[in-house]
Formats: sequence, C-alpha cells, structure tokens
Amino acid sequence: MSILPKTPAAAASASTEVQARGSGRLTLTRLLRDPASIASLIAILLIIAFALCAPLIAAWTGHGPTEQFRETGLTPEGIPVGPNPEFLLGTDQLGRDVLVRLAYGAQVSLLVGVLASIVASVIGIAIGTISGFSGGIVDTVLSRTMDLVMSVPFLLCAIALVSVLGPSLSLSIAVIVFFSWTGLARVIRGQVLALRHREFVEAARSLGASRTSIMFRDILPNLVVPIIVYTTLMIPAAIVFEATLSFLGLGIVPPTPSWGNMLADAANGSLYLVAWWMVVVPGGALLALTLAFNLLGDGLRDALDPAAVSKGKRA
Amino acid sequence: MTILLDVRDLAVDIPTEDGTVHAVQHVSFSVNEGEFFGVVGESGSGKSVMVQSIMGLVPGARTSGSVLFRDRDLLSLAPEQLRSVRGREISMIFQDPLSSLHPQYTVGWQIVEQIQAHERVSAKAAKARAVDLLDRVRIPDAAARFDAYPHQFSGGMRQRVMIAMGLSLGPALIIADEPTTALDSTVQAQILDLLGEMRSEFGTTVLMISHDLGVLSRVADRVMVMYGGRRMELGAADAVLCGPAHPYTAGLLRSSSFNREPGTPLVPIGGRPPSLLAPPEGCAFRDRCPDAMSICTTKPPVRHYDDGTEVACWLESTPVEPEPPVLPPPSLIATGDDAIVTVDALRLAFPQRRGEPRVVLDDVSLEVRRGETLGLVGESGCGKTTLARAIAGLVAPTAGTVEFDGAPTANLDRAQWRDLRRRVQLVFQDPFGSLNPRRRVGSIIGDPFRIHRLASGAERRAKVQDLMELVGLNPEHYNRFPSQFSGGQRQRIGIARALALNPELVILDEPVSALDVSIQAQVLNLLDELQRRLGLTYLFISHDLAVVRHVCDRIAVMEGGRIVELGTADQVWNDPQQPFTRRLLAAAAPEIPREPRERRLLPPTGSAGAHADRHHAEQLAVEVAS
Amino acid sequence: MTRFILSRIAFGVLVLFLLSVFVFMLFYVSPSDPARIIAGDKATEELMAQIRSNLGLDRPMTEQYATFVGNLLQGDLGYSYRSSMPVSELVVSRIPVTMSLVFGGMVFWLAIGIPIGIASARHPGSARDRFGQGFAIVGISFPTFVLGMLALYLLYFVPTKLGFTLFPPSGYVPFEQSPLEWAWHLLLPWLTLALVVAAVYARLTRGQMLEVLGQDYIRTARAKGVDERRVTYVHAFRSAMPPLVTQLGIDIGLMLGGVIVIEQVFGLLGVGSLAVTAVAMQDRPVVIAIVLLGGVFVVISNLVVDTTYALLDSRVRTAAR
Repeated sequence: MSILPKTPAAAASASTEVQARGSGRLTLTRLLRDPASIASLIAILLIIAFALCAPLIAAWTGHGPTEQFRETGLTPEGIPVGPNPEFLLGTDQLGRDVLVRLAYGAQVSLLVGVLASIVASVIGIAIGTISGFSGGIVDTVLSRTMDLVMSVPFLLCAIALVSVLGPSLSLSIAVIVFFSWTGLARVIRGQVLALRHREFVEAARSLGASRTSIMFRDILPNLVVPIIVYTTLMIPAAIVFEATLSFLGLGIVPPTPSWGNMLADAANGSLYLVAWWMVVVPGGALLALTLAFNLLGDGLRDALDPAAVSKGKRA
Repeated sequence: MTILLDVRDLAVDIPTEDGTVHAVQHVSFSVNEGEFFGVVGESGSGKSVMVQSIMGLVPGARTSGSVLFRDRDLLSLAPEQLRSVRGREISMIFQDPLSSLHPQYTVGWQIVEQIQAHERVSAKAAKARAVDLLDRVRIPDAAARFDAYPHQFSGGMRQRVMIAMGLSLGPALIIADEPTTALDSTVQAQILDLLGEMRSEFGTTVLMISHDLGVLSRVADRVMVMYGGRRMELGAADAVLCGPAHPYTAGLLRSSSFNREPGTPLVPIGGRPPSLLAPPEGCAFRDRCPDAMSICTTKPPVRHYDDGTEVACWLESTPVEPEPPVLPPPSLIATGDDAIVTVDALRLAFPQRRGEPRVVLDDVSLEVRRGETLGLVGESGCGKTTLARAIAGLVAPTAGTVEFDGAPTANLDRAQWRDLRRRVQLVFQDPFGSLNPRRRVGSIIGDPFRIHRLASGAERRAKVQDLMELVGLNPEHYNRFPSQFSGGQRQRIGIARALALNPELVILDEPVSALDVSIQAQVLNLLDELQRRLGLTYLFISHDLAVVRHVCDRIAVMEGGRIVELGTADQVWNDPQQPFTRRLLAAAAPEIPREPRERRLLPPTGSAGAHADRHHAEQLAVEVAS
Repeated sequence: MTRFILSRIAFGVLVLFLLSVFVFMLFYVSPSDPARIIAGDKATEELMAQIRSNLGLDRPMTEQYATFVGNLLQGDLGYSYRSSMPVSELVVSRIPVTMSLVFGGMVFWLAIGIPIGIASARHPGSARDRFGQGFAIVGISFPTFVLGMLALYLLYFVPTKLGFTLFPPSGYVPFEQSPLEWAWHLLLPWLTLALVVAAVYARLTRGQMLEVLGQDYIRTARAKGVDERRVTYVHAFRSAMPPLVTQLGIDIGLMLGGVIVIEQVFGLLGVGSLAVTAVAMQDRPVVIAIVLLGGVFVVISNLVVDTTYALLDSRVRTAAR
C-alpha cells in the first residue's frame, strides 16, 4: 500500500503526461543515443562482413587459408615474416597468410558464438519457464538439474569429453551449449516465479485464461528484456569458450583456421615472442569482437530497462 | 512562541532523464517550538521531497532558498555539519519501518549506532540508553528484544523501534514522513498516540507528513496543504479542515469518504495533478478548480486571514461547493431472499512444512445478495482477500461450500469453470500490478473476449472502445501501454476489463486504496454509477472502514480468518457489537465538525500580497461555511 | 539450519556420484584402447590382452565401476598409464601450485575489483564510474590467454631483450623454499588472473551496491547522522556481500580444479596443466582423478558458501533458533 512514489524520478514520471510512443522506437532511440552501442554495433557488422568476405580476401591476396608459403612466408631460419605488402598481417609458423586465416577464423568464431548462444538460450528459456511455471516436483527436478550442471567443473569436463570423442566443430558447440544454458534458465525461472504471483497473471486466471494462454500472452512478453540481454551477453562468452577449447587443441581441428588455434600456434614454443603479430592480430580481433558484444549487451540492457538507467548509469 | 524551523522560499529541482522535475516550488513556512505541524498533500505534491531535501537526503537535488534551524541555514551547511545535525537535533521517521531498518543488524545495534554517531559513550552506557528508550516506547521485554532483528517484530513494533531511535538523542525536531501509512488502522492510532505522548514527554517538535487528512486532523496543531509542489493553504488544523479557504482543500475534503454522508455521492476533483516537469504559470490548481477565474493564470497572492490562515489564491470568498453528480436510480434492488453467493462453514488451511497447518479461513458463513454491495473489512492478514478468492472459485476450500447462483463452485468441469469465470469478475488493488505492462490497453480490455472466443477483430475493437467510453477513458487511447496512464486511469482499465462479459458479481479487492483521495472519489463514484446502470452485485474488500461505510449496504468485519460481525452499514457503524469492531471504528478517521466559521481577510502587507487589494481595499468579512 | 546443511551435503554427494559415473562412462565408451596406450604400437595381442586383464578391462561394466568406486573410496586412484606413478601422488604434487595461483590471485582480484565497484556505485555517472565500468567491460571481454601472452610479451620478453629483467619467464618455486621467489614467479600469473576476474567482481559489486544504496535503510542511516564512509561500508556493503560470497565460492571451487589456461600460458605445472597433458596422452586414470578432484573442490566450496550465506543472513540465521 505505497502511497508515495519511492524515488523522485518515479514521482516525476507519475506526474508526467507520457506521450504515446511505441516501446520499440523508444528502445531504438535510447540505443542510438549511446555512442558505445553504436560503435559496437558497427564493429560487429564489420567483423561479420569480414567473415563473409573471407573467400574474396583469399582470392584477392591469392593465398588460401591453409596454403603454406615456405619461400616467401618464412625467413631462411624458418621464422614467420611480419606484416609486409605481400602478407599484410604477416605469416605464421608454416608460412600461411595470417590475414586470410583471420577471416576464415572469424567465420568459426561467429558461427560458434551465435549458434551456441541461440541454442543455449532456447534450452534455457524452455527449461526456465517450465520449471518456474509448473512448480512442484517438476520444478524441484529441473532446478536440481540446473544446480548439478552448474556444480560441474566445466572446463575439465569439456576437455575430458573432447579428448575422448575427438575434437570437432559440432562437439565444440554441443559442449558450449551444455554448460551455458543454466545461467539463462535460472534467470528465467526466477522471473517466471516472480511474475506468476503478479496480479495481472491472477487477473488472467480469473478471466478463465488457460495455462498456455497465460504462459505465452502474459508471462513471455515480460521476459523479452532479460532474454535479449542475456543472449547477447552469452555470445562473447561462447566465443571465448570456443577459442579456449581451440587454444588447448580441443576445438577446431587444424589446419582449419580458428582464432583459438591461431593463438595456440603462436603460444606453441613461445613463438609469439619473436612474431608478435601472431598473437596481436587474432588476439586483438578476439578482444574486439567480445568487447563489441559485451558493450552492445550493456547498451541493450540500458535501453530496454530504463529503470536500471535512472538508478545507475545516468542518474 | 519561538520559531524552530523557518523555511523560506524553498525550491527543489531534481534532474531526471525526462527533464528537470520541479518538485518543490518556492515554499515558505515555519514550525514553532513544541508544536505538531502537519503537511498534507497527494502524491506528487512534493511534500516528501521537501522534507528530505531539507535534511540533504535527496541525491542529486538542487535546492534554493533557505531553511533556518536554530540560526543555521541547513541548505548551506557543510556536509559534516549537516551530518551532526541529522539524528542529533533533527531525526526522521519513515513510512515503511520494515524497509527503513537494516535487515542484517539487531534493532539494539541500530539504536546504539545512532547514539555513538554523535556522542562519545561507552558501549555499555549506550546499550542501557537504548534499552531504556525501547522500554519508553513500550516495547515489551525491551532488554531481551534489544538483540532481535527487525523481521522478528510486527509492523507496529518496528515503527516503535524507529521512534525510539529517533528520540535517542533528544532531538529538537522529529520529522515523520507518513509514519503510519504502511500500518493497519488500529496500529496507526497507537503510533499516533505514541508520537503525541513522546512529544509531551520529550518536549520535541513534530513535523509530520501525510496524504491522509483524517490522520492529520487527529493530531496536528497547524497544517500546511501542498499541491503540485506549491503551498496552497496554511493555518490552524481545525480552521483549515473545518473551513477550508482554498478551493483545493475544500475539494480534497469533499472527496474524502470519512467526511461525507454515506449514500451520498462524493464530489471528486476532476482531472489530474499538473506535471512537475513543466509546472503551470499562475495557480497550479487552476485546471481542476471549480472557482477558476481568468486572473488565475497569474501567480496568486498569499492572503492572510485573522485566524492565522494563509491562502495562496485569488479567491476572496468561500470556495463554491459544486453539486454532487446525479446518479441514475438503481436498476436492481437487493432483497434478503435473493442470494447470489452462499458461503457455508468455509474453512481453508494451508499445510505447513512443520507443525500445524495454517488456518486462513475458519468457519466462515455469509451470503451476498443480488444487487447489493457487501463490504468485507479487516486488517492485513485477516483472510479477506483469501475469502474473496474462494468465493470467486480461484482457491479450493479445505471444508465447507461456496455456492454461486445455487451451484457449488468446487470440482467444476471445464465448461462450468469457464462459465463461472464469465459471471464473476475481479478488480484488483494495485493498478500497477494488475495490468500486464507489456500489453496494450486494447488487448488487455479485450482479453475476456479473446479468452472466451466471443469477439475478434473489428468487433472486439468496437466493444473495447465502448467499454473504455463507459468507464470514462478516451477510446482513442486504445493502443497505449498501461504505463502511459495514471493510477486512477489504470484502475478504470481494470474495471472495464471486469465489465466486458457482463458479470453478475464483481469482487473489488481494495480497489481504491492505492489511489489519491481525489482520484479515489472519482473511482468510487464510477463504481456506484456502474452498479446502478448495470445491476451489478459488488463484494467490496477494504481495510478502510470509512470507505466501506460510504459505499456498502452491509458490512462483514473479519478478524483472524473469522467473520466477527455482520450487519447493515448503519448497524455496524452506529452500534458495533464486537470489541474488535469498536477498535476499528475508534481508529477510523473522526468526522470533522463542519460549523461555519467567521473569519476576516486581512489587508495585504508587504510585497507578497501586492495584488491582493486589487478588488477590495477594505477588510472583507468572509463567512466560511459548507 | 542443520537440516539445510545436511541437505546440501547430500546434494554434494549426488554431484560427485554423477560426476564419477560420467567420467567412468566417458572412458568406457571411448574408442581408444588403454592397453595400446600403455604397451605402445608394437605390442602383441597377447601382451595387450594381459594388460586388459590386469586392469580389469575385460570384466562387465558394472563390475568395473564397482571396483573403480571401491578403490576410489580407499583413496586408490590407480596408476598413470604414462609414468606408472600412483595417480594420487601425481595429482597431489600439483595441488600446491594451483592453490598458490588461486588464493594469491584471489587477494589481488578482490583488492582490485571490490574497491572499483564500490567507487563506481558511490558516484554513478561520474568520471570515476565510467573508468570503473570501462575497466570492467574490457576485463570481462579479454580472453585470459590473450592477456597472459600479452603480459609475458610486454613485461617479460621486451624488458629482457632490452637488458633488464622484471619477471622470471615461468616456473614455480615452492613457498617453503623461498617465499620471495615464490611470489616473484607468481606475480605475472596472479595479475593476469586477477585482472580478468576483478572485472567480474567490479561489475557485481557495483550492481549490488547500487541496489542496496537505493534502499530505505540507507536513507535511514544517513538520516541518523552516520557518516558516509560508515554508510557505505557498514550498512551498504554488508548487504551487498552475500552475492559476492556466492560468486567467490563458485570461482574458487572451479579454479582449484585447475586454472587450465593460465597454467598453460605461464608454464606452471599445476593441476590444470596436468589435465591438459593427461588428455593429450590419453592417460585415463589421471583425467578421471582430476575431474573428480575438481568436483570435490566445487562441492566443498559450495558447502562453504551455503553455510556462510546462512550465517550472513539474519533471517536465515534466526529461523534456526
């Protein structure tokens, strides 16, 4: 029975005539007002374009992604050559063009990152809503399962799994999905539990709405914000996870390039100490991509959830 | 009389994402030593922001003007100096004692902390003082309760702890910000009494803020009425409340249920409060004022009356009393032998993990007659909402039966269940929580048609717009989201949704308690009118006896899961049989005597009232009557 | 509260049981043949059959699992296929390195992350906050191995090439041998670990503190005349702590099972690098042991977290009385 609005900002909005604005447009305006979000969106689009253009880059340079240039790409001592007009971003230990490999590696990173996140978020949403909405024994079993998956030392299990089944792209995605869905499932379950006791759900029930109708009409629309934000933030985590697996030699099988195994090549025998571009180029790309997704996720959260903004960022 | 707190021309601006909120606009008042000063206003009137900014508790607020307290300007004190005033010379008591006490520390620790923040005393001495304070605010077994956590106290006891803490250093001034709003009415009365006693015992001055005129009329010596961030009227409590000189105060009193004859329609103040982002020129109340004149677009003068009342208004006569709205005759007269709902020996118990099951409803029997309004009154946790849900068929009873129109509501098949859902509707308390924030109003009101597959497309839209018209909403706002409406409008949306399927019984669960008084009156009148036109039966649940008496034909009083008293509204109000009912009545707001008062308008002095003599140079006798 | 803790212990046992089934099954269905790994490529069929029989690999699956668990409960983790050392000895010898790395790193990440988070939350929107948030988002985005390699390159290789040595290249010196050398050798790994993890803590702390600082009881504390430092630390941070404790427990539990990437990059012979080697060499008993050890650490730290959580919350604590 709160008569007073809690914050001055709430008091302000309560006493303000709000114009009829669509929430989608409002979100977009807020997002476009944030330079970091715009920059990260552009960066992501550029990296996607770069990945899509990989065959074009290969054709333009005349270097295939796994082609070895032992004459021009390595010094007589067998050391990779640095950036030069022939190899714009240098070569690796086998004399392969780092630029071309970087472009093909971007395909892997984006594919794994986006695909794994989407699959994991679908599973997370399904399990989370079922768990939160059903309650009782179903909830107990499902949330115990979430606890279980979360109390597994995931990197150790992942490498054990990969070592037995043999590394592959699909296994990488499966492993990432398996260890990623729980976070969103927990968030969704918590939200559903809270929403289930909101009066508008009770109102829908008292009107005779079926459970499916309540689920899809009343509860899911309220989960859009956490789902979008969480899924966006899951992408960089999945990208790093994949790169880590590849770095440990348990992800993408060489010679197919991925940013992780490019970095593994650099680390192998501490080669990067004499060929800095082998770590700076793929490492920088990896950092740029994850940073962009993280910034975009933050920007989306602020734009979609203005309450958090007035409380935090721009208060 | 010495002035303890002198607020001059205080303005508070708060920057937000939407623009600057001018929360308080040039408010002046002074509080005399030893008095009980009340500030009354609806939400958005700026009263809370005002006192909190005096104490430097509003982050990001920009203040101007001056607040003199014992010859120091609180607004220009350095943070460290202000800190030493806070808690030692001025202490504050807040609305919700549960959220205002730190959940992770014992109450004793929190009182001791306040003492030690200002005085160098040993832990032992501080503890002894804290126990003594707890004892003085009559917390039983104070020494043992010293080590208890806030969650181990009841709401009233927690507020006592807050008061003990506030008194711990013998402050000159206590600012109480809605100290009883979150409490049950009987507890409310106890806390008000305690505040009064402590004032005489400690010689403390009290500045209390409330949205509730009834509460303030009970305790305050002088009252200031705020609206839209401005001061409207200031004067002795009985003068202001019995003979309001400002049209806003008069309107507020007219729309309060405790102040009107039962059965007569309330006279609501139309419209909505002004935006604090762009406050209007001239008088803030102009748009809603029945006395508005063309001159009201310029800043109103402050007029002084000989009884000390000060009013910021151009009006020189008594505010007019608009005619109450004319309601259509009821289309259905309730009779004793036509029950729509019969509840018989209803019992509801929730199993607990350990020990006895928790009994929520215990042997409840009652009937709701077709066409009547039955009030269900009780304090929080008495089971009234659960009873309503059981009657609606939303929770299954442990024992006993509920019959709706002669048929039991338990063990229904799918078709019967859907049928029941059409005939019984609910309107909820919280106009914010009962509407899905992510769906458009048209879709919310159209939900019943969709769920029962009764209309779709253009037909549904037309029906929804008719409903919006019916409850006084603009049908063009069909595509808006709930957040774009005010509290009162949202409650209308909830009512429209409930009426969509022509229900026979509407269960109103605290439909107005989250609304401001003037908006409450609008909604109560709307409900009354709809009942008369549509022949509805209402089950009206409320904690507020005054509201219930105003709208109900019969009243059932609940306590601890039982109905302790059931009778006509008149019987219960005038001749209560049960001690609990008497306590409730005693705690309900008293009626304000409304004798006409003689008062004279004084000639303007100084620049503040430079325009006041425009029409009448000589003194003007004003008879204030109702 | 005892009930609560008992139920958590039971859950921990369940986790370990399922984990043991998982690793066991994993290797049972594995296409690779341990006998081949032990005996080498040129071994005869008879020799391999002999080895299989010695290891009990020719017996039914349930029986093998029973033996496996039976041995496990006696602390017998078998012998490494590669070095023929007892697995327990092999793994235990690596634990001090990992523990040094984790607990040392923890000191740094808490000391960096929490103050940044608190400073951010105290002045949201300020330059300090923007800096703190920037630090956090870069830290969260930085893949650990990239940061580690950059650190080695910039702080070890470049200075060494220029003629002065700031840090040793790699390796581990036991604490009891020389505390100073121990810390000096671990400093770069610590900082690398700490920067990445501190970012998470800075964000978490900021979010929690912002939420708590908006609570009514913080306003009460200010109204009481409590000074701002005390409001921040005694009132607000006290309430912001539980999620931090949870996060810390999860992190420590996971890391004690091997800080795989950092150990790899800095050439520290900890549990994590042992795991990588064992996986590469198909050294089954070692992998099983490490995964289970990781599970044990996670379960123990969860238990510690749950207990601490209960002790930190007056509502849970008093409910037990």
